[in-house]
Amino acid sequence: MRLDAKIPLGPLADKWNNYKQHAKLVNPANRKKLDIIVVGTGLAGASCAASLAEQGYNVKSFCFQDTARRAHSVAAQGGINAAKNYKNDGDSVYRMFYDTIKGGDFRSREANVYRLAECSAALIDQAVSQGVPFAREYGGYLNNRSFGGVQVSRTFYARGQTGQQLLLGAYQALMRQEHLGKVKTYTRHEMLELVVVDGKARGIITRDLLTGKIERYAANAVVLATGGYGKVYYLSTLAMGCNSSAIWRTHKKGALMSGVSWIQFHPTSLPQSGEHQSKLTLMSESLRNDGRIWVPSKADDTRAPKDIPETERDYYLERRYPAFGNLSPRDIASRAAKERIDAGCGVGPMKNSVCLDFSKAISEQGKDKIREKYSNLFSMYEKITGINAYEQPMLISPAAHFTMGGLWVDYQLMTTIPGLFALGEANFADHGANRLGANSLLQACVDGYFIAPYTIPDYLAGELHTVKIDTDHPAFIEAENSVKKQLDQLLNINGHLSADYYHKALGKLLYNKCGLSRSKTSLLSAIKEIKELRASFYQDLKITGDNQVNSELEKAGRVADYLELGELMCYDALTREESCGAHFREEYQTADGEAVRNDRDFCFVSAWEWKGYDQVQELHKEPLIFENVDLTIRSYK
Amino acid sequence: MKLNLKIWRQENRDSSGKMTDYQLNEVSEHMSFLEMIDLLNETLIQKGERVIEFDHDCREGICGQCGVMINGQAHGPLANTTTCQLHMRSFKDGDTIYIEPFRAASFPILRDLKIDRSGFDRIIQAGGFITTSTGQAPEANSIPISHQIAENAFDSAACIGCGACVATCKNSSAALFTSAKITHMALLPQGKLEAATRVANMISQMDAEGFGHCSNTEACEVECPQAISVLNIARMNYEYNKSMLFKP
Repeated sequence: MRLDAKIPLGPLADKWNNYKQHAKLVNPANRKKLDIIVVGTGLAGASCAASLAEQGYNVKSFCFQDTARRAHSVAAQGGINAAKNYKNDGDSVYRMFYDTIKGGDFRSREANVYRLAECSAALIDQAVSQGVPFAREYGGYLNNRSFGGVQVSRTFYARGQTGQQLLLGAYQALMRQEHLGKVKTYTRHEMLELVVVDGKARGIITRDLLTGKIERYAANAVVLATGGYGKVYYLSTLAMGCNSSAIWRTHKKGALMSGVSWIQFHPTSLPQSGEHQSKLTLMSESLRNDGRIWVPSKADDTRAPKDIPETERDYYLERRYPAFGNLSPRDIASRAAKERIDAGCGVGPMKNSVCLDFSKAISEQGKDKIREKYSNLFSMYEKITGINAYEQPMLISPAAHFTMGGLWVDYQLMTTIPGLFALGEANFADHGANRLGANSLLQACVDGYFIAPYTIPDYLAGELHTVKIDTDHPAFIEAENSVKKQLDQLLNINGHLSADYYHKALGKLLYNKCGLSRSKTSLLSAIKEIKELRASFYQDLKITGDNQVNSELEKAGRVADYLELGELMCYDALTREESCGAHFREEYQTADGEAVRNDRDFCFVSAWEWKGYDQVQELHKEPLIFENVDLTIRSYK
Repeated sequence: MKLNLKIWRQENRDSSGKMTDYQLNEVSEHMSFLEMIDLLNETLIQKGERVIEFDHDCREGICGQCGVMINGQAHGPLANTTTCQLHMRSFKDGDTIYIEPFRAASFPILRDLKIDRSGFDRIIQAGGFITTSTGQAPEANSIPISHQIAENAFDSAACIGCGACVATCKNSSAALFTSAKITHMALLPQGKLEAATRVANMISQMDAEGFGHCSNTEACEVECPQAISVLNIARMNYEYNKSMLFKP
């Protein structure tokens, strides 16, 4: 299989304009004859659905939540990047492009990343016009701040709830189109299969989560904006319902999966406090602007953090990475925390945390200023832990967070199945092996508002003469039957272990063996254990309840997919014999613990092709060609 | 700790439901309230019984999907908290806890603790947006917004749409939810031009959904996880009266 990224010709800065100028259009009269399915209503999905509806297409929008406004984009806290250079501190599209491509450890496409930076300024304009109440200076102009991996202030924010406010903007745009009759929303619907006709994506099979009814929907194009799969680790910063099922089922229908093992561990999550826990709550990375990160200098220090004097504290990020200090990129900060925790310097009841200390910032700026910037985060911290972080350091630790991997897409965000598009975190495209903070909201928004509205019509322009597909087509019947068969199988195993049991077991295994660091030995053992766990799942799973509202049945289907995806993650990590970004192979590090990348052999995007159940998938490689940047050693020292 | 739980069980929208007793041992004070229900559900699975269905997702207090009445209070005893952010350290060993769905005629019960809040979406569809299309928005700094206005708009925009305000209101009024959106939009220069049609349409939809009227008991503000102020309702009434006075 040849992977064609379809990157437009011309200089980097002109590629997107060239593309837009030559993209095919659909006559307004023809748009109302075309149907588009958008799965997911987060920033990427809601913005794409609303934008295409504005153009006049008929859009069907699906989400598993009870309303589109609850998609997990709502939880993003810190901010959204844009190269506006409002601070006159030297920012530019090129600098943002360079920061992002370097942040991703030179494992993303130049053209995609440049486009992301280029579209960023317009995105802020778009959001403001929708009423997103971004932070403002006293003169009325937009304020911004800096985020990890960057030396300029390019992050726009709405207190610590930027994702919520951006999502409400997109959701409201979606609701406006629903009212105008251009969008039909299907909430509490889960996509369980893709329907492919003559090699093209032509519809989906869903389960109505209230009635249990399996339903068929046909369209001229299918868009997946279903988010990431970090919940594969069970404990993660993601919402409980986040899952990989939509992208995984399309993977099994022929769409390739890329960079699967590239999963970011966020450095500022609340630590695990016991076995009962269902998730790890994220604290915004923006806290690192004012909080200083440290651990006790000596191992096994049993004193409470506030009792440890300044001279016996190790500000390890400031020590190891003086240029970026506490604002080091996420992969660096997470790994440095793990290194200190593994060395016995961790704090907290489980010795699994590091301190995020605001005492200096409070003494310099005053409590009120810190409260104004982060009050919701401090109160959230207190609700969960019972600790007042104005008085003593927060305890934080790294947690599974954002998946850089996802469905392989070309420059047009189309997968290897024609007519199937993947947007936002569901695709692998823009972040390489590590995502810089405040670029995830941006990518989701830019994909949905500005890119898909050009590339999907370009595809649809060639579909006008395709015969309208009826949902009685044999491909729909076959897809529906396979969904029903799987649901029946799961319901009838009748073993004695819950879906959560398997999810937790898989998560723990992946966290230890394919988590913040990996080795050949750990990965080979993980692959073996996942196979065993999967075999046990199909013999010992127990689902109670019926075929209507049944959260256990929903979970079981998602865990079944995770058990397959987890194995591919390990293969992906195993074959990449280098350390890059969030992927740290223990065999490839310098004497002082820094990652060693191998550009000669691994400067490619891995793309995996499904070969059948219990078969090893086939690895395809999309070479990454860098014409505008030098592949430097990524140093934040 | 050991807990006695009395939980509302209901098969579906049309059936009648009842409180059912459960006992749970070994509840850790560090668990969130929803993790406590997870634990109970795990024991139900072991007994072969159907689990308790409840709505939840982000478990960090921002998605608005969780929400039940706990001992008669929306989201339980703590002020300004979602159910997922309520931890068991707020309860004592041996406590009896009543857990019920949010009750309002406009929020039909779907199963057990799950409810249908789609009425909120339809209120937003009626006008809870700024009419702007994609792609050609003016430069963001071309319309300055004062720091205080932006902060005030944010205070209103922070509503998570959980429905606690409706559940706790004796009239099942959606006034706090609706007014928060109206105020958010009315404060911003971008939203001002269509403020009159917005308020009229949204209030009309709120009534059509069967939500009750606001009688100013202010219980909604007390139970709101985001501490949305009842001043929003005053603003909504002001905007509504203004729109009626100046109706062309």
